[in-house]
Amino acid sequence: MKALHRKLFRDVVHMRGQLFAVALVVMCGVATFVTMVSVYQSLLATRAAYYQRYRFSDLFASVKRAPESVAREVETIPGVASVQSRIVMDVTLDVPGLGEPATGRLISLPDDREPLLNDIYLRRGARFDPGRSDQVIVSEAFALANRLSPGDSLGAILNGHLRRLRIVGVALSPEYVYEFSGRGSLFPDNRRFGIMWMSRDAMSAMFDMKGAFNDICLGLVPGVSGRGVMDRLNHMLDRYGSPGAYDRNDQMSARFLADELSQLRSSAVTVPVIFLGVAAFLLNIVLARLVGMQRDQIAVLKAFGYGDRAVGLHYFEFALFAVLVGAALGTGLGMWLGLGLTKIYTNYYRFPILTYVAGPDVIAWAIIIAGGAALLGALSAVRRAVKLPPAEAMRPALPQRFTAGPVERLGLTRFMGANTRMVVRSLERNPLKAFLSILGIALSVAILITGSFSYDAITYMNDLQFQTIEREDVTVVFNSGLSASAAYDLLNLPGVIRAEPFRSVPVKMRAMNHMRQLALQGLPSRSDLRRIVDSDRRRRMLPSEGVVLTTNLAQLLGVRVGDSVAVEVLEGDRSTRRLIVTGTVDELLGTSAYMEITALNRLMREQGTISGAYLAVDGKQAPELYEKLKRTPAVAGVAVRRASLESFEKTIAESQNITRFAIVIFAGVIAFGVVYNSARISLSERGREMASLRVLGFSKGEVALMLLGEQAILTVLAIPLGFGLGYLFSASISAAASSDLYRIPAVIAAATYARAAIMVVVASLFSALLVRRRLYRLDLVDVLKTRE
Amino acid sequence: MDDHARANPANTGAGGGDAVVFRVRNVSKIYTMGEVEVRALNDVSLELYNGELLVLLGASGSGKSTLLNILGGLDLPTSGHVTFRDQDLTAATEQQLTRYRRDAVGFVFQFYNLIPSLTALENVQLVTDVAVKPMPASEALAMVGLTERVGHFPAQLSGGEQQRVAIARAIAKRPDVLLCDEPTGALDFTTGKMVLDVIDRVNRELGTTTAIITHNAAIAAMADRVIRMSSGQVVETRRNEVKSAPEDLSW
Ligand SMILES: Nc1ncnc2c1ncn2[C@@H]1O[C@H](COP(=O)(O)OP(=O)(O)OP(=O)(O)O)[C@@H](O)[C@H]1O
Ligand SMILES: [Mg+2]
Repeated sequence: MKALHRKLFRDVVHMRGQLFAVALVVMCGVATFVTMVSVYQSLLATRAAYYQRYRFSDLFASVKRAPESVAREVETIPGVASVQSRIVMDVTLDVPGLGEPATGRLISLPDDREPLLNDIYLRRGARFDPGRSDQVIVSEAFALANRLSPGDSLGAILNGHLRRLRIVGVALSPEYVYEFSGRGSLFPDNRRFGIMWMSRDAMSAMFDMKGAFNDICLGLVPGVSGRGVMDRLNHMLDRYGSPGAYDRNDQMSARFLADELSQLRSSAVTVPVIFLGVAAFLLNIVLARLVGMQRDQIAVLKAFGYGDRAVGLHYFEFALFAVLVGAALGTGLGMWLGLGLTKIYTNYYRFPILTYVAGPDVIAWAIIIAGGAALLGALSAVRRAVKLPPAEAMRPALPQRFTAGPVERLGLTRFMGANTRMVVRSLERNPLKAFLSILGIALSVAILITGSFSYDAITYMNDLQFQTIEREDVTVVFNSGLSASAAYDLLNLPGVIRAEPFRSVPVKMRAMNHMRQLALQGLPSRSDLRRIVDSDRRRRMLPSEGVVLTTNLAQLLGVRVGDSVAVEVLEGDRSTRRLIVTGTVDELLGTSAYMEITALNRLMREQGTISGAYLAVDGKQAPELYEKLKRTPAVAGVAVRRASLESFEKTIAESQNITRFAIVIFAGVIAFGVVYNSARISLSERGREMASLRVLGFSKGEVALMLLGEQAILTVLAIPLGFGLGYLFSASISAAASSDLYRIPAVIAAATYARAAIMVVVASLFSALLVRRRLYRLDLVDVLKTRE
Repeated sequence: MDDHARANPANTGAGGGDAVVFRVRNVSKIYTMGEVEVRALNDVSLELYNGELLVLLGASGSGKSTLLNILGGLDLPTSGHVTFRDQDLTAATEQQLTRYRRDAVGFVFQFYNLIPSLTALENVQLVTDVAVKPMPASEALAMVGLTERVGHFPAQLSGGEQQRVAIARAIAKRPDVLLCDEPTGALDFTTGKMVLDVIDRVNRELGTTTAIITHNAAIAAMADRVIRMSSGQVVETRRNEVKSAPEDLSW
């Protein structure tokens, strides 16, 4: 081994604490990156395999009723690979153990063969016997939520009659990874809404659909664009009462899944970039100070003919060492966590397949990114080493010029003891160094805040949605539009304190060349149970004319207040009208459009028709009410706010929590790494000074107080700066993670700030203990004998 | 410009030859520290001849180390020229200076400047690793009487031992020129003489052109020539008609 390598090796061993701290920070960054990217890629691959193996269709359309011959016709559209017609019916269920009525979506499966599209994966039990009208396969989410197993039975109102259905199997479907009812609810409620598969023959007999269908799925020839096919399809199905075909982008489950995955991808980039940025910064501090301390050694190397490259490389190798160790650990840890997390996600999404891919590209990227961080962090320090003129370096660094700093000019030192005065002076003497230390600690505060911010944001969204916007206890949806008096009838039901009607009309909204299919919501202008609220909690009243769009929707359509949109009603006479946008509301969730209910009725040319009502209910009488509602044929579905709240937490919060946990741990490690490093560096830089003070008769305690007092001041100054940086990081993540389904607000709870501050203070105390131990063991003679 | 050389013909010494190795012409070095200007060297001109042993005397702050640093290619003068053989050091690129230091110069620094994380042997190896025709590192250490201490780290050596390691490090590469800044500053009488003997041997046996800075006027007796500096200027150049061997010195 060459002597220079030996020096590297010994110096690395000597600085192991600091370099290891850097390596840990790099490890966290790389591990986060590898974990998130590999999970993202794995889920992408799993989803693709799932969709392909179970033949998830590309296009979807429903009709009122169409003869089977139409399906044959659809097959002839160029670009269509396969067609599966079906019968789909939403029915009211009486689930054992569930007070309120539930909704089941009955989907037909062919009796004689497997479906050409949207096949199911049978998890437990068996398929139904052909033609049996009393046997169903239920979706796993619904079965688990209601503790149902093959052999159990439940009640269903089929064509007005209460019937018993026996569960023969439990299954999964690529079409319902998320089981959305499509009825206003933004989140799947697996207790009250479930998918059930039944014999096609039995269903056609039961719902008068012999030789006919009301739902059709299409698989496309690979590479064919859905647009053209959809136009032809719409043309064919129009007269059978189709509200229009849609593709996977508008299929709720597929869309939600895609959205979640793209969110995963965006945090797979932002979070590691922030972590590795901190690593680079830390590396820079460590190396800059190393070079500063080794000025004379650099001079010796140069004096004996080591060139700039050799010297530069020597110091770069310190960085490389820390980063390679960190990258190796991080890649290993990342792959391990990635596999674990993929398993958790696979379970969570109920994918029947598990694929874990951590391709060489992920690892290559991890190394490139970490290497980049090393280069970035090392660059300025290495350049300084190279640039150092050898003769200059030969003499001891000039004694620092001392001038009175602001604290002294203000005469504040009068109030300080000798110790404090020395601490303050040493900070003032080198403000840049002090600032860099402060920045380092601030970054660790910021990272801790960033780590838990997503939880705060979701809690805020949750609170806004379910405390401020949705205040009803129960939402009742009618089978079809009823007259306004129906709302008053609801008041007569047991426990109903208040009922506010709403109208919901499926429409296609167009502006220029943008189109969006959605439910136009009509609410009374003074609606109290369901409010229109801005993201900052300000309540908005609906204007008596025109339509109010969420900011998201307005952006998607490219319209502003005062512009007009074309609205094609997908119900009744299916006419197209123009509406003026009279307002926008900055909602965080979904893309919605609101109108004053009478204005909507006018638009529909109807007299006070309502689609359902929001109810305030006396909790004690709720069971009785549910029992009544279950037996009311006009009621198509009932949503309970408490349940939506739970399912919101389950759906969003759960998936976020998994990653959040890992990130908070990593952030904690980084915070400790930064704080420890900062304390350690000041010890090694000032070891001589401390030893001299000891020789002059200062006690160990006094000397320790001086060094650690300085650290304490730096930490206190760093915390508010860290709060600011944490907010900035969180805002950048929220911007990257928002989609058109929901926007993550940059909201941080006071508790999060407090927790970050406390964790950094604890990390500081802990590193102070470690440093104090070293300080106490400092060999005075050793330190003074050699020039450092 | 050859007048000066002819007027003071070089003592041929043991290495022989009267070729000029260093030619220093009107060299000044000025440090500016804010308002204050420090003239570390003020219009210095002199020559060093092949194989000679030169002693530089002078008060503290008179510019000795500055001159030595410039000769060794560690520093550049503010004005004036320095040539080593045919090479103009003041016009050399950084690479050329690095080569020059690597191939030609052996340094002994005033503050030893050992690498604290390397043992005595490894400190010497640091230099032999990159030199063209080095002697084994252990041999260099044996020459300064440190065979017993090769595995010690600088912090485990006395000040004098550290200085001897620094000398071993400088001679191990068999340099063309050996530049020593106070090589005996921290040594007792006996060890000091031993070190001087090593330097003298290297000078005689290898013909290494040698410059020694010292405060100790007694050491001047072993030189071929003695130069005295004061306030950045050469105030006296003297040739020793009789050169003493290091063991005959006394102070
Ligand atoms: N980097 C520098 N900046 C400012 N002044 C300097 C610098 N280096 C040297 N000097 C000044 O130049 C003058 C000559 O310094 P030099 O080190 O050459 O003295 P010296 O003769 O070697 O003294 P000593 O015997 O004490 O080592 C001194 O006055 C010194 O203060
Ligand atoms: Mg000197």
